[in-house]
Amino acid sequence: MDDAMWAFARVSGLLDMVLLTGSVLLGILARSGRPLLAIPRVSVTLLHRNISLLAVVFLVFHVVPLLFDSYAQLNLVDVVVPFLGSYKAFWQGLGTVSLDLMAAVVATALLRRRLGTRTFKAVHWLSYAMWPLAMAHSMGNGTDGTSAPVVAAAIVLGVAVLAAVAWRVSAGFLETAAARRAGNARNGWTRP
Amino acid sequence: MNAGGPAARLHIDWTRCDGRGLCTELLPEALGRDEWGYPVAAPGRVRSGRDATDVPLTGAELAAAMDAENLCPLLALRIIRP
Ligand code: SF4
Repeated sequence: MDDAMWAFARVSGLLDMVLLTGSVLLGILARSGRPLLAIPRVSVTLLHRNISLLAVVFLVFHVVPLLFDSYAQLNLVDVVVPFLGSYKAFWQGLGTVSLDLMAAVVATALLRRRLGTRTFKAVHWLSYAMWPLAMAHSMGNGTDGTSAPVVAAAIVLGVAVLAAVAWRVSAGFLETAAARRAGNARNGWTRP
Repeated sequence: MNAGGPAARLHIDWTRCDGRGLCTELLPEALGRDEWGYPVAAPGRVRSGRDATDVPLTGAELAAAMDAENLCPLLALRIIRP
């Protein structure tokens, strides 16, 4: 029974690594205002939202079984308060911090209409801290964290996110970037 | 547009909108995009002299307009019912 819980938690954790990365990539793409090949903008946004919610579900599947695992000995405090764990406290703590950040990001996203865009955006930026923490936790804490396939997957996911972030901060990121630059130049405006 | 007037109007808050184009995808008949990507009422939708930020919608467009209202990343859309 114990072993089953532990295996389930491991698989969910690894899957969540992929889902979280997908969510970050789709979020950056959605922010650009561009469609993805034949996938319209609306669908990109819906995919971003739904994959993020799926990541939350698998985070529950990752954490809850470990509460019943005699080896990890996770308790309810460890789920929200970092660095107190009995097994690899530091690496587990990174996972806890990233869980807390994810809870904040998801809660404010769901309450976006009530909170307004300013609060939503400010908290949503925490995703960029959440993702590397979750990745570090996967590799440092995971039973398979340093096995060849997981390391290979982490490299692929890491390169994808780094490339997306580089694109995010580049001048041509927005779909409308070129048109707006041209418009500003025509009017003699510079970026404020 | 039927004789009874529009089913509702879609209000676009230009101070919020950043022209991300979700609404124009959902309401291709009611909205077009200007050269900077911002949504504008499709030709013939808004009679000249009327406020172009309140785009009349047909009953068939209401569901899509509600999706747009919910999905607009900048909360720039509001449906105004008569
Ligand atoms: S979805 Fe919102 S931000 Fe995007 S173009 Fe429409 S009103 Fe503007």
